[in-house]
Amino acid sequence: MSDSLIHKGKHPTGAVVAYRRHEAGTQPGYLYPAYRATRLRAPSQPLILLPHTLSETTGPVFEHSDIRSSDQDLTIQHAGEPLGERIIVRGRIVDGNGRAVSNSLIEIWQANAAGRYAHVRDNHPAPLDPNFTGTGRTLTDEDGFYSFVTIKPGAYPWRNHDNAWRPAHIHFSLFGPAFVTRLITQMYFPGDPLFAYDPILQSIPDERARQRLISKFDLETTEPEWALGYRFDIVLRGREATPFES
Amino acid sequence: MDLTPTPSQTVGPYLHLGLTDRESVSRIAGDGVKGERVWLTFRVLDGEGSPVPDAMIELWQADSEGNYVLPGGPDAADRAAFGGFGRLATAEDGSCTFETIRPGCVPGPGETLQAPHINVSILGRGILKRLSTRLYFAENPANAADPVLGLVPESRRTTLFAKSDPARTGYWNFEVRLRGEGETVFFDV
Repeated sequence: MSDSLIHKGKHPTGAVVAYRRHEAGTQPGYLYPAYRATRLRAPSQPLILLPHTLSETTGPVFEHSDIRSSDQDLTIQHAGEPLGERIIVRGRIVDGNGRAVSNSLIEIWQANAAGRYAHVRDNHPAPLDPNFTGTGRTLTDEDGFYSFVTIKPGAYPWRNHDNAWRPAHIHFSLFGPAFVTRLITQMYFPGDPLFAYDPILQSIPDERARQRLISKFDLETTEPEWALGYRFDIVLRGREATPFES
Repeated sequence: MDLTPTPSQTVGPYLHLGLTDRESVSRIAGDGVKGERVWLTFRVLDGEGSPVPDAMIELWQADSEGNYVLPGGPDAADRAAFGGFGRLATAEDGSCTFETIRPGCVPGPGETLQAPHINVSILGRGILKRLSTRLYFAENPANAADPVLGLVPESRRTTLFAKSDPARTGYWNFEVRLRGEGETVFFDV
């Protein structure tokens, strides 16, 4: 069934094309005791399965006026250039049916090259960089592609357990077309020795699913004499093939 | 290409940097937007009843006639006045307040109508994937026939009701208890 059904908004019967549910093991649960903060913040009751209605299959709309020209390049937001290894992160957002997610908002944030966030609550004794805030946003293009120029973030310590360090990562926030396609995740860098010790990454049960958060070095994205390129593709939930009625 | 959806990860403690510092939306309905004006105060509490000072709440709602903003729908000026989307970080006391209008009824499954409700996402450190719930308005007669409330055991249904503040007309309070006694009902969306 076509998307035109959805774009008309109300359907006389309230029928909508539902989104597919996640396969077991491909997403983290809520309680993961090794990640200590989940112990007081994970629900203890089972979630209630919600059949999709218009409330779930619609979602906020963002447009080009929501983006500033420097939002895509985190290295030009201040008077000088930030310290660290300049990188390009590029990828494509598709849905579970392989269709491009176009004109969709992506927001990112990250630590600087020394592993410090420009955030009042980060007290890791590593230097702040006056030329780096670590915040970006963009809209995907018609084919679902996005790219950012930034610097490679550093690993940093946290207090979850003794000698705990987060692998270097960039936070990604995506909306997609519906309330149910909202996704917040983290992109990691290939070959990081901290993966095995990180309960946040390890909270995803399925090894193949975990691997999908690790970007790939990409020579095609790499620009000669200027910056290494990493490729990070993201899949948002896709619709069922047929309208959902109940 | 593997088309399994990408896994979720926590938004972490520094969400403000990328999200709410860049774009917070406390006022969902601007001046002149039709509907009953309401102020919604959320308060997020953890499993010990302590305030959660580093969470983020996002709201998605229909307008007063029950229509959601759709891509290519209203023009930019209308969308600026009412985009249906709200986003705020919680303060030290775990709370944040939105100004909006009470949404209308939205079609539900079959011939049903859903009672006025607001779709709520809760994100934060220690929350590995977004928590979703719904805010309904307490003592609204339409709640009785709402198909989604009907899925919730009666004993827990009240966790989805915002309660009006007796001292201030138009002000409503909604407590999000993440875990433990009085735990809010969360939905698998």
